[in-house]
Amino acid sequence: MGGVKQFLSHFFVTGPFEIGGDVSIGLVSLAILFVLTRYKLWGWLWRNWLTSVDHKKIGIMYMLAALLMLFRGGVDALMIRTQLALPNSQFLGAEHYDQIFTTHGTIMILFMAMPFIFAMMNIVVPLQLGARDVAFPYLNAISFWLFFFGAMLLNISFVIGGSPDAGWVNYPPLAELQFSPGPGDNFYLLSILISGIGSVATGINFLVTILKMRAPGMSLMKMPMFSWAVFATCIDIIFAFPALTIALGLEFADRILGAHFFTLNGGGNPMMYVNLFWMWGHPEVYIVILPAFGIYSEVVATFSRKRLFGYTAMVTSLLLIAIASYFVWLHHFFTMGAGADVNTFFAIASMFIAIPTGVKIFNWLFTMFRGRIRMTIPMMWVIAFIPNFVIGGSTGVMLAAAPADYQYHNSYFLVAHFHQVLIGGVVYGMLAGMYYWWPKMFGFILEERFAKWGFWLFNIGFYVCFMPQYPLGLMGMTRRMYTYPAGLGWSSLNMISTVGAFVMGIGFIFIVLNIVSSIRHPVKDTTGDPWDARTLEWSLPSPAPHYNFARIPVIDSRDQWWEMKQKGMTKPDDSTPLAPIHMPKNSGKPFIMGVLFFIAGFGFVFNWYVLAGLGLLGVVITLFARSFDYDTDYYIPVDEVKHSEAAFGRS
Amino acid sequence: MAVDVDHSVVKSADHGTMLEYSTEDGALKILGFWFFLAQDMILFACLFATYLILHNRTAGGPSAMQLFDVPGFAAETFILLTSSFTYGIATFQMRNNRLKSMLIWMGITVLLGLSFVSLELKEFITYVLQGATISRSAFLSAFFTLVGTHGLHVTLGIFWMISVMIQLVKRGLTPVTARKAFIVGLYWHFLDVIWVFIFTVVYLTGVMK
Repeated sequence: MGGVKQFLSHFFVTGPFEIGGDVSIGLVSLAILFVLTRYKLWGWLWRNWLTSVDHKKIGIMYMLAALLMLFRGGVDALMIRTQLALPNSQFLGAEHYDQIFTTHGTIMILFMAMPFIFAMMNIVVPLQLGARDVAFPYLNAISFWLFFFGAMLLNISFVIGGSPDAGWVNYPPLAELQFSPGPGDNFYLLSILISGIGSVATGINFLVTILKMRAPGMSLMKMPMFSWAVFATCIDIIFAFPALTIALGLEFADRILGAHFFTLNGGGNPMMYVNLFWMWGHPEVYIVILPAFGIYSEVVATFSRKRLFGYTAMVTSLLLIAIASYFVWLHHFFTMGAGADVNTFFAIASMFIAIPTGVKIFNWLFTMFRGRIRMTIPMMWVIAFIPNFVIGGSTGVMLAAAPADYQYHNSYFLVAHFHQVLIGGVVYGMLAGMYYWWPKMFGFILEERFAKWGFWLFNIGFYVCFMPQYPLGLMGMTRRMYTYPAGLGWSSLNMISTVGAFVMGIGFIFIVLNIVSSIRHPVKDTTGDPWDARTLEWSLPSPAPHYNFARIPVIDSRDQWWEMKQKGMTKPDDSTPLAPIHMPKNSGKPFIMGVLFFIAGFGFVFNWYVLAGLGLLGVVITLFARSFDYDTDYYIPVDEVKHSEAAFGRS
Repeated sequence: MAVDVDHSVVKSADHGTMLEYSTEDGALKILGFWFFLAQDMILFACLFATYLILHNRTAGGPSAMQLFDVPGFAAETFILLTSSFTYGIATFQMRNNRLKSMLIWMGITVLLGLSFVSLELKEFITYVLQGATISRSAFLSAFFTLVGTHGLHVTLGIFWMISVMIQLVKRGLTPVTARKAFIVGLYWHFLDVIWVFIFTVVYLTGVMK
């Protein structure tokens, strides 16, 4: 009996925050179960969402998950800032603080930024290309469910087993078994390994989609800029993620097999992990920023009523950034002491990236120049992004100067810099994209009043939160310290920063309110083109029918839909006869595979190898079951297409 | 998906007559698989880099020189290279629409693959019995992980190949089964290429010092 009790007390984390977590998770789960059962929605959920292979629905699920994770990561952030608001604070304690900054970073990068870019890719790319789905819709569903269950695995660690606490980079030797015993770090490793498989699959999927499924006539240089950005991102995903898989896989081997890759004894070399990690890690920041760049390009052209300035330069700089991103990883640890020559190479390569990025900034400005600018919500986020990225970029160049970096390294200067580019760059971009494509996803526009409140609070809060962190860093405050003594001159700046963080939190609440109130009083988008926009997705009704295009359009210019409108067309050409449309069938296997991966991951976390083995066996069986399944697609008959097009007032 | 749509760039002329490329879906999946191989190559590149960093860090345990058995790894190499050749013949028979002969050559490939895996397993067991386990030293961690990852790939490839053979027997040569057989072939040849690097970087340099 005592054994069971001891096991349970280790299995379930107990503490005021965790019990709060238990209670809220329990209540939310009960509420979801109640609503689904009360309104008989289980079948609807399974048929329309969990088994869906439709890129638009998968995109929406990615976006909801990303917003949820933004909330979780945001709560972590507020707890960090509360702890740091006052000197000598004992609000969290060192152990809790370590866990919270670890999950904050991990969730924000891997389970918020990544799904948010995947959401935008899924929702937009096939529609922009004039395609009916991605190249591999079934694989796309697998990607989503691996991400989803990976994210669940990490989140569950808060209440079961204990959160990881070795930082979001999980450096050895700290993350090795010797210094981090227990399941916490296993949660980190397994959740990212599982979702990482899905990310690579998404990269391959969209690269093939972009290369092979563009509508006839759309040469690469007629492709919309967002799709170009996704193309560059996919190249980065395919060639960067394997390095993360290996770094984490080897660390996992250290932890469960007693291997000596990164240990201090047995000949291991911890710096090898750091190198492998950042060989993925630096391309990763471009993986998340490039799609945001793509969104800025679309939004700025639409709301300036001008074609994008410098299309060719934009494409070139995207590709230059994508390639150069592989040659800068060492700037994350100049202090490793690789020598002046190595540091010089990586310093110059890092500074070089500022050139194509600067080109892009100027091109967005020149697109606005003499344009007829409409200050809509998406456009406001774009305009707010520009000063943010200029400051973040300049401090980035400062950090890239290797000798000076010995001063800034791991200080709050760095923390302020990367939050400025990741929030000001990625999150602003994703929010711009969300507001811009929302009508295409759901058929109604998000109202402006709460949206503006959300925008201004989040923006002002951002500067109040992060500007003080630059001087704090220069004054010697290092990242990851859980408290600091009074009298160092840090106290007031920290307090200001915390106030800013809470203002951002209120801004986020307004964005959620914005969505809720728009759902309750929707402003319908009946035209399919509420912004008077330029690219193909706006030629479709909102939301787009599940087959996207009744007829695949023929492309002859970059801003195809804009050019069609200039010729007086209000809807796509419907003179050619309809043909039956070939579509993939829904399948429950991707969801089941996600569950099985979750079971395997959970088994590995607690070293329950029988459970882990059963989970993996299940995954293999699902793979072979799919291989033997030849009933995977169907045709939509012409009558049905006609019927559904007529419902949109088209023929 | 959308198989019937005439996308601009799908069918290139030289692939036109091949069964596996004859549908848009087939062509897409083959291209996708090439990208999968590209990422797998990076995966192995990272393992090779790790091995090169750690291969002298024996921590007082056995070194490559003391462990590796020349006839053993020579036999593994010979068998795996031959299996790539036999699969090449299977693909050739597929192109000539000779299903039975194709299946025989695939069967031979599977047998060669199985003997490769058994030899590798025997090699690993021998090392472990000498006390050279994955937890003995950084060198052995890197060795077992690199060579073992390749071995796992081969093992999966064997099961995959058998499953494609069953589908070929059940359904004959169709665009779908031909595409599956072709993709397993790409995978198999890729593993052969990786082995060539393992042979040189791990085994040959290991015994030459």
